[in-house]
Amino acid sequence: MSSVRTAPRSSSRAHTRSRRLGPGDRLFLTVVVGIPLLALLFFVWLPALASIGLSFTNWDGLTLSDIHWVGLDNYHQIFTNYPPFWPAVRHNVAWLLFTALLPTPFGVFLAYQLDRKIRFTRVYQTAIFMPMVLSLAVVGFIWEIIYNPDTGLLNGVISAVSSGHHIDWLGDPNLNLWAVLVASGWRHAGYIMILYLAGLKGFDPALKEAAALDGANGRQTFLRVVLPALKPVNIIILVVTVMESLRAFDIVYVLGGGIGSKPGMELLSLLISDNIIGESSHIGYGSALAVILLLVSLAAIGVFLFQTFRKEDQ
Amino acid sequence: MTLQSRTPWTPTGPSRRKVVQGMLGVGAAALAMPALAACGGGAAADPKTVTFGSNGADATPKKAYAAVTNAFQKDSKLTVKTNAVDHDTFQNSISTYLQGTPDDVFTWFAGYRMQYFAKKGLASPIDDVWDKIGAGYSDATKQLSKGEDGKYYFVPLYNYPWAVFYRKSVFQKYGYQIPTTWSQFTALAKQMKKDGLSPIASGYGGGDSWTNLGAFDYLNLRANGYDFHMSLMRGQVAWTDKRAVRTIDLWREITPYYQTSAGGRSWQDAAQSLLDGKSGMAVIGLFLGQQVTDETLRADIDFFAFPEIDPAYGQDTVEAPTDGFMLSRKPKNLDGAKKFLEFLGSAQAEKLYMGVDPSNVAVNSGADTSSYNALQKKSAELIAGAKHITQFGDRDSDPGFISTVVEPGLVEWLNHPDDGSALLKKIESQRSRFFTA
Repeated sequence: MSSVRTAPRSSSRAHTRSRRLGPGDRLFLTVVVGIPLLALLFFVWLPALASIGLSFTNWDGLTLSDIHWVGLDNYHQIFTNYPPFWPAVRHNVAWLLFTALLPTPFGVFLAYQLDRKIRFTRVYQTAIFMPMVLSLAVVGFIWEIIYNPDTGLLNGVISAVSSGHHIDWLGDPNLNLWAVLVASGWRHAGYIMILYLAGLKGFDPALKEAAALDGANGRQTFLRVVLPALKPVNIIILVVTVMESLRAFDIVYVLGGGIGSKPGMELLSLLISDNIIGESSHIGYGSALAVILLLVSLAAIGVFLFQTFRKEDQ
Repeated sequence: MTLQSRTPWTPTGPSRRKVVQGMLGVGAAALAMPALAACGGGAAADPKTVTFGSNGADATPKKAYAAVTNAFQKDSKLTVKTNAVDHDTFQNSISTYLQGTPDDVFTWFAGYRMQYFAKKGLASPIDDVWDKIGAGYSDATKQLSKGEDGKYYFVPLYNYPWAVFYRKSVFQKYGYQIPTTWSQFTALAKQMKKDGLSPIASGYGGGDSWTNLGAFDYLNLRANGYDFHMSLMRGQVAWTDKRAVRTIDLWREITPYYQTSAGGRSWQDAAQSLLDGKSGMAVIGLFLGQQVTDETLRADIDFFAFPEIDPAYGQDTVEAPTDGFMLSRKPKNLDGAKKFLEFLGSAQAEKLYMGVDPSNVAVNSGADTSSYNALQKKSAELIAGAKHITQFGDRDSDPGFISTVVEPGLVEWLNHPDDGSALLKKIESQRSRFFTA
């Protein structure tokens, strides 16, 4: 029934608006919508579709006549005969779980504490947000110095406490991913904090007062009142976390040293660049890897869009 | 529709539109920038100008190339327009660079990759240049400068050897002898460990995994000879071959003597530990000298050829990567570019270059060697006495294969040096992807 009632209303709204638009406005609208649309098609969708097409071929990137159709061979090779692929998938999943379970809740926690008008809150905010201002590549360089096996800060502290201990933070394949995750989490927590703080600023304090009057303690207030009320921010944070985990690249690229992933630090994004950038490129193979990552990302975005639109329909 | 309710949509007046139009204009300009920049290269079709793409963007090589080009400009009345790009960036973008509008003459390396681009038609043959400069070069160098079709494509400038470097004072202090055979070498390493040194300096952290190739190449060359090594590098033999297994086995004998925590250390820090006398030896190239700032220290550094393993091969091969120049496929100023290449192949150009950058050795036999330091003199002798010259793992093979398969594999293996069968199987599984017809 509701659809019957809303239909004429929306059409009448469209009608009144179209009467307000002159030909100049239409032209303006066409230009304003058309140019970004063209840019989007040209710079996003065309390369994406080209990648999908190329993923079924074998190409060294030199002359167009060298493109050979190989069907699903690239995918078959990647899934069955590409040693770094499954470790990369595992590391991407580890990245996602780690980021979602530690730095993200920690960022929320920081935001919640800083929102309570403690002294010097601005100073804390700035300090915690600072790493976010730096590019991940720069963060990588900073942590490279901290993790240096001979002159690094961390090993310096460790050897001061107990001499003779020497930990190869970035060289040990069982350790280096976690070392990198600490570095990226250091930055991620600040980002989440700012996002959540912005949400908390728009939060109606009356709700908190009401909860307090009903006898809720701090934890209950946060879990039962604040968290549900900030659902839009939560979704954004979730999406940001998933996206950051999937596109994780630059910090590992810096700490792992460019082309040729380090054992223990393989990631899907790195495998793509391994195959495409460099002196001898395997465009088709790299594209197939990129398509796999694209599908995973699309699934994540799809869930997000589905969630948002469902809410708007209601 | 929450967004709309917060910001009511009211088209009022042109001011807002102007702002948007302005922004669009800026956006379009930003989008067009790369395209415009790409066009820049095409502008120079001046018969008086030769363009030169150089990977020497660091201070020392930049100055050295400038000395060479300035001399050529004075000589020939031609102008050389140098386009210097960071070394790694140049290397990584070489394919797109050569297909676009490359400079007339560009810097590159001898070996497999030079032949690859020659085969793909991305470089022009320069046999007529070699008619004039050929007399100054040895047969081994001439071989290095030819493509698979037998034509010349490359003009060498300098090379530098890989060897086992050490400090004379450290060897004197402990009474060490120069090892010439494998058993002497392993015994020396063992003794160094007893004496509290890190026997073999090692650092392959970050982007330095390539440094491991030095040891791998030499072990394979000494144990299995030049011919097998080259077939292995060119993907003509299975990596699971018994001979490759033996190379890994030999390597395993010395891994206990490697400096610890090497996976997170840069090669510069490893070199520093040798210079500080904390490590005993290092398998490295003459570029180690770039780490030396104190000239008295430089006099204390020496090297010996990697020890013999199989007497059938002795120490007959020296790994000496050669850098030089190529001619792009459609040079805008063909005559000028060839004149420039002739000059680059002359003894005079090498002398000018080496005068500024002394961490290399000139290739032209006519080059003046009187200003060489002791290390350079010894390097030149080592290379001159070699029966075969190799170019280093990532230059003798497909660089993608080496950097994305072999190097990560070796790093992983060095972390837990076992019999290597898993490592070799892993490498072999990827071989066909890189070496097809």
